[in-house]
Amino acid sequence: MPKNDIDKVTGIETTGHEWDGIRELNNPLPRWWLLTFYATILFSIGYIIYYPAIPLINSSTMGISGETNRAILKQEMAASRQAQQAQLVRIAAEELQSIKADQELNRFAIAGGASAFKVYCSQCHGSGAQGGAGYPNLNDDDWLWGGDLDSIYTSIKHGIRNDEDPDTRYSEMLAFGEDEILTADERNQVVEYVLKLSGREHESAMALEGESIFSDNCTACHGDKGTGDREQGAPNLVDAISLYGQSRDIMRAQINNPRHGVMPAWGGRLDDETLKQLTLYVHSLGGGE
Amino acid sequence: MNAIGAENSHSGSNVEAFDVEAVNSRENRSLYEARKAIHPKRAKGSFRTLKWWVMAVTLGIYYLTPWIRWDRGSGLPDQAVLLDMANRRFYFFMIDIWPHEFFYVAGMLVMAGIGLFLVTSTFGRAWCGYTCPQTVWVDLFLVVERFFEGERNARIKLDAQPWNGSKIAKRSAKHIVWVLIAIATGGAWIFYFADAPTLFVNLFTGNAPHVAYATVGVLTATTYIFGGLMREQVCTYMCPWPRIQAAMLDEHSLTVTYNDWRGEPRSRHAKRMRKEGKIVGDCVDCNACVAVCPMGIDIRDGQQMECITCALCIDACDGVMDKLGVERGLISYATLGEYNSNMAIAHASESTHASTVSLINPENVRGKSGQLSDKLIHTSWRSFIRPRTYLYMAIYVAIGLAMLAMLATRERLDVHVLPDRNPLFVVLSDGSVRNGYELKILNMKGEQREFEVTIHDLDGALIWLAAGSDEPSSRVRIHVEASKLKSSRLFVVVPKHQIPDTKAVFSLLVKALDDSESVTHDVQFEVPG
Repeated sequence: MPKNDIDKVTGIETTGHEWDGIRELNNPLPRWWLLTFYATILFSIGYIIYYPAIPLINSSTMGISGETNRAILKQEMAASRQAQQAQLVRIAAEELQSIKADQELNRFAIAGGASAFKVYCSQCHGSGAQGGAGYPNLNDDDWLWGGDLDSIYTSIKHGIRNDEDPDTRYSEMLAFGEDEILTADERNQVVEYVLKLSGREHESAMALEGESIFSDNCTACHGDKGTGDREQGAPNLVDAISLYGQSRDIMRAQINNPRHGVMPAWGGRLDDETLKQLTLYVHSLGGGE
Repeated sequence: MNAIGAENSHSGSNVEAFDVEAVNSRENRSLYEARKAIHPKRAKGSFRTLKWWVMAVTLGIYYLTPWIRWDRGSGLPDQAVLLDMANRRFYFFMIDIWPHEFFYVAGMLVMAGIGLFLVTSTFGRAWCGYTCPQTVWVDLFLVVERFFEGERNARIKLDAQPWNGSKIAKRSAKHIVWVLIAIATGGAWIFYFADAPTLFVNLFTGNAPHVAYATVGVLTATTYIFGGLMREQVCTYMCPWPRIQAAMLDEHSLTVTYNDWRGEPRSRHAKRMRKEGKIVGDCVDCNACVAVCPMGIDIRDGQQMECITCALCIDACDGVMDKLGVERGLISYATLGEYNSNMAIAHASESTHASTVSLINPENVRGKSGQLSDKLIHTSWRSFIRPRTYLYMAIYVAIGLAMLAMLATRERLDVHVLPDRNPLFVVLSDGSVRNGYELKILNMKGEQREFEVTIHDLDGALIWLAAGSDEPSSRVRIHVEASKLKSSRLFVVVPKHQIPDTKAVFSLLVKALDDSESVTHDVQFEVPG
């Protein structure tokens, strides 16, 4: 380039640009700046070769490392599964009681159960296993089918009233009103009697009438005192917890035409490790026996 | 500048004059030029000696600290100073800092800040001149350079001579040693973050984590480039410190000062000039101060941003003054206030020699007998110890004592109780109400402890641990390992007839059985309705 336009004051060549009489000196760039600039160019070439960089229509160039966030996630997931393998093998092999006795393994199982619970169980039982009307609260100490480890395990594995599992837990209460086994008056008298058994407010006269109706129709399953029978899945009628609620209306409705909840049999859908972990988690919520 | 002939030497005084250019002085420096190499001559004197000591101590601290052992009992690292990132713990001899105690580190940073104000307002850029790692490592690298390539003149000659076997040998030896020092520097850094002996072995057997090698690599590169190749450019162009520090100086701060009031007019031919009846100052313009300057400046140009106040020019000049038989201190630590006051004396117009070119008249500062005038102010501790200094000292000491007091009385037990949010409460079959809590006990002591948890201010309440097999009672025991956090699930149950009408606040008392350290934590009890 010919050295044409030299600034008279500084003796330095100008770029030839001029704005309102202001001319730009063509000073060289500071060397450190230039070197840094070249270094970034070199770096970018290395980056493009090593990492996925240039977007294509459906994907991108993969670079020699092929290191994408998705691939890293895959690796990490595999690694964490690998890390859990030893415990999972033990959980599959050991009895529930011996898993519970091993503090470390129990903690692992409860954590695993908690996360499985969120995925498979929380839809009905709630994320805190607090349940709701018709869906048992798993935190309390009231169990329809038993609250020890083996009973919980069986309930989870085979489900409740599940058509597809021959070993499922099954119980059915007669529709005393709908099927016209008891009259409306009789049904109301039974309600008063159950209230009496529970130690709650009741109509004494009606309750007196209800006693014989109760012993004729209900004790086979619910027991003489209405305390229920876990073998048959018959609820305790006199404690502070009821699946559908404790008001007179709900009790009457339940005797008239009982509702029967259904729970899936998880045995066919989840592996045994997960079933055991779920069992230990539910057992740890505070009501385990 | 021409070579200096025999006529320039001061007969009888034997002062060597240097052919040296202050490459970074204002006139010589252009931002658009390549850096001109500086070949500092080795200085001799009290400040150089002090700097050797500072170098030995700071490098010693840096390289050796990670190897100091400190017994903390089993299960805890036995390294005296350790930043344990994985376990989020900072160990410093008998002190261990947990993440939630990080304010101690913040306090130390505040103290460092105040300390900087104190030192800078008092001693000027003492940090830059003596203890900055850049200064220390450049000094160390210069020692290596001198060892292989010789003193200043030899190095200049070597620079100029064409490449041959001897030059290649000297240069490569120098760079190899530099790189080795750089590796040792980068290597020492990582020992602060892991058990040093273990990491040392792993480092050489290839078992250390990648981040260790990467850190060593980066710090090796920065040490080699900054200390060996860039040197004074780091201070002048990269470092924000000179700009910040300059804002903290005032006219009572010590700086390295060329005392024009006795140096000017400078002359290389002092004797001849005096014979001719001309007035000359003490400066014989030997350039010794420029030759030793690692920053490539001329201190006689006055205060400059490039000056790191390493005081090597003081040593160089004092040596020359000794040879001349004149008082030391032509270049000295002085405050701007004193300098100005002395300059005023020198500038006074009662000059008998009107012909003098300089406005400074040395006869104003020297009496007939050659003694320095009594009116001159000489730097003493009174020059720079002043209310501002006392104030900084007081703040520094106050924060330090407050931190010490907090450290001495700090709790070694921390308790957190997280109530269950889902469900808030559970009604049990007998009508009683149960609440669940996550009870976290942090045992910050270096020994395992047994804690007893008791419940207060909640009638009829019983507690038990979810993991335990004990019946509900009024107390539970929890064992916590040394320096560990133990998280336990705690249940609190209140019988039906004692359930409070609205949610109630009760307290949990966590007490160590061995040493009675205790913490009370208020917790809420949720009830239905």
